[in-house]
Amino acid sequence: MRQNLDVIIAYIIMLGLIILVGLFQSWSIALSILCFCLISAVMTMGANIQWGYAGLINFGIMGYTALGGLAAVLVSVPPVKEAWQVGGLNMIFSVILIALIVFSVRFIIKNYKKSKKRNYGVALVIIVGLILLRLISGPAIESIEAVSPATTGFLGGMGLPILFSWIVGAFFAGGLAYIIGKIALGLRADYLAIATLLISEIVIAVIKHEDWLSRGVKNVIGLKRPVPYEIDLQAKEWFINLVAKFNQGTLNLITDSLEKEQMLKQLVIEGSTVFVKLCFAGLFTIVVIILLIITQKALYSPWGRMMRAIRDNEEAANAMGKNVVKQHLLIFVLGSAIVGIAGAMMVTYDGLFTPGSYRPMRYTFLIWVMVIVGGSGNNFGAVLGGFAVWFLWIEAAPIALFLINFFTSGLEETNAFRLHLIDSIPYFRFLMMGVGLLLIMRYRPKGILPEKIKHS
Amino acid sequence: MDIINAIVLLLNYIFVPALSYGSQLALGAIFVSLIYGILRFAYFTAGDLMSFGTMFTILFTWYFQSLGISLGVLPTALIAIPFGIIITIFYVLVKDKLVFSYYRFKKSPPVMLAMVSIGTMFVTQAIVRIVIGPFDRRFFDGEKFILKANEFKEITGLNEGLTIKSTQVITLLVTIIVVSILFWFLNKTKTGKSMRAYSDNEDLALLSGIDPKKVVMITWVIAAILATIGGTLYGLDKSFKPFTYFNNMLPIFAAAIVGGIGNPFGAFLGGYVIAFSEILLTYAYRKFFVYILPESLEPNSLIQLLSTDYKFAVSFSILVIVLLFRPSGIFKGKVL
Repeated sequence: MRQNLDVIIAYIIMLGLIILVGLFQSWSIALSILCFCLISAVMTMGANIQWGYAGLINFGIMGYTALGGLAAVLVSVPPVKEAWQVGGLNMIFSVILIALIVFSVRFIIKNYKKSKKRNYGVALVIIVGLILLRLISGPAIESIEAVSPATTGFLGGMGLPILFSWIVGAFFAGGLAYIIGKIALGLRADYLAIATLLISEIVIAVIKHEDWLSRGVKNVIGLKRPVPYEIDLQAKEWFINLVAKFNQGTLNLITDSLEKEQMLKQLVIEGSTVFVKLCFAGLFTIVVIILLIITQKALYSPWGRMMRAIRDNEEAANAMGKNVVKQHLLIFVLGSAIVGIAGAMMVTYDGLFTPGSYRPMRYTFLIWVMVIVGGSGNNFGAVLGGFAVWFLWIEAAPIALFLINFFTSGLEETNAFRLHLIDSIPYFRFLMMGVGLLLIMRYRPKGILPEKIKHS
Repeated sequence: MDIINAIVLLLNYIFVPALSYGSQLALGAIFVSLIYGILRFAYFTAGDLMSFGTMFTILFTWYFQSLGISLGVLPTALIAIPFGIIITIFYVLVKDKLVFSYYRFKKSPPVMLAMVSIGTMFVTQAIVRIVIGPFDRRFFDGEKFILKANEFKEITGLNEGLTIKSTQVITLLVTIIVVSILFWFLNKTKTGKSMRAYSDNEDLALLSGIDPKKVVMITWVIAAILATIGGTLYGLDKSFKPFTYFNNMLPIFAAAIVGGIGNPFGAFLGGYVIAFSEILLTYAYRKFFVYILPESLEPNSLIQLLSTDYKFAVSFSILVIVLLFRPSGIFKGKVL
């Protein structure tokens, strides 16, 4: 208990801050901050597994998040039958063709000795394959995108409940991580960082511009929710009663019955958004807790010990007969899969998929700030980092406004310098993140909650 | 006649734009490569340092314009560049003193320094956005074109026009001058040689009495100069927007790695490799084939290998291929 005192105190402070937001701003804002904190926590756990357990640097978080989001679309959107009729068959053929190209290239590389002839053979297979692919898929894509482009224009998904996508997203992201890992894991740490960053940009480019798959920059909106809608709630008898019960005190103060009804209506509308967000927060908390239990168990298992050994001294671990390459690949896939879950969760919460909004600043570098600030190698630290950094990211604007008003209180209201500063408030969050990261790295390089290793 | 038209077409749409874009990338890639070679970490602030330098150049340009100073046909920004450079040098040196030097003395692993450079990236980005805002800014003045398409058509009597913007020529000339001075400096002067020695083998260099502080300082100065010039040229040619500059970090890294990171000359060529392949692979060749093929064989599709949306993806794919087959880069840099 005493050992974990810092963890408990840190979490109590964090929850206290969120409750303060609820009291002073509004409960709706506080709960949406909480939801995004939980999502960030999942992403941070994924990155922390790779960086903290194994020392692998992965700047491709954005790519996995987007793939998770794509999974949410592909799982939950009902299939567009017309599009399948005009182009479905050709797209299936295209997928088979891609698989054929990959397998034949592998076959050639495996069965023939390294020579110029082999290289030409591989190149020939790829070029012929790509031309064929273009011939098969080109017209199909065109006709798919022509199917009522304002509302669909893509193949649609499976029409399943969106919660499945959290698992599917993990598989998507894990699959991508397997390919990237095969390509790039042999590289030195900072090259790996750059390579993964660039590969994730490629992934985003594909999602953005392959309209037949994801509607691209036209966005997919109105994804089905796993929790009730506000409109439905407001009409439900039990919900109105619940709201009335909670606000009995305020309602009793009003004597006029008409006014009372108005007040109740207002409260029900407010209450419904809070209720929906509470449901989301509950779902996300379940995911976070499950992941925490699993990762915590893994960390203290023989496998976790082996990972730490590999991280701290690769050569020694290799000499002990541990397969470093295989373990790196495994952890790379696992961590990315967790990030994929977070991506699907985020799209589920937003109810829309906007490929244009995936930017490295928000989805890669910010997550890394969370990992470093929270404490690499410590799962509770990672979760706390996700909470603290996201909280600051959102609340930076009010804090900056307060500080600016405080420091320029000597200047006039219409002072140009003051107005300029107030106009640029949204960018102070970058400043806070940067300064925060630099301070933590300098004075507490292991993070707020450092890694604890029990030596038994 | 048709062959000439086809060549002019390619010159106009591929060669000239790629050459100027490549020069801008090359300047960035050289300093990323230098920092990697000498300070030994991946400098993620690269794109934002360029936007920082450009921002001050723009501010000075506006100041000069308000004073009524101009260079006539040339953009005013050219006289503002030295002032921008001075402020950028000051900024990087302060940053090194406050942030990076601590980790250097502690001999932290390169990954740590790369992370720190992400911290400075956030800070730099915030400064740029707070001072000048996130919007698109154009600060070009003076004569826009050296050769207009119509004029070219009239002079030569060809169907295809060739447009040469003055910014493209300025970019090329400035790049040639800056890069030749840089390579002269690195190869012929004593300080330059000591820098190369330091990059090659730190311990040996220290043993032979090379002052590491001086080497590090000069590296930062060169980085600031190249960043400001490269950024300003890019801004003159296209426009200045902090977000685009941040994104330019990615092709710059690709260029530096493709050229062999730690090898400035390789990075210089890498910039052109990236720029040319981006434009060559995403250009629609239909018109070109219309000119060179007989009428019966005329293509009816666009003959475009990849859609222009994949411009960035092309350079990254090249990077991935290079990493796979020749991890030390095309022109042999440090071995990974």
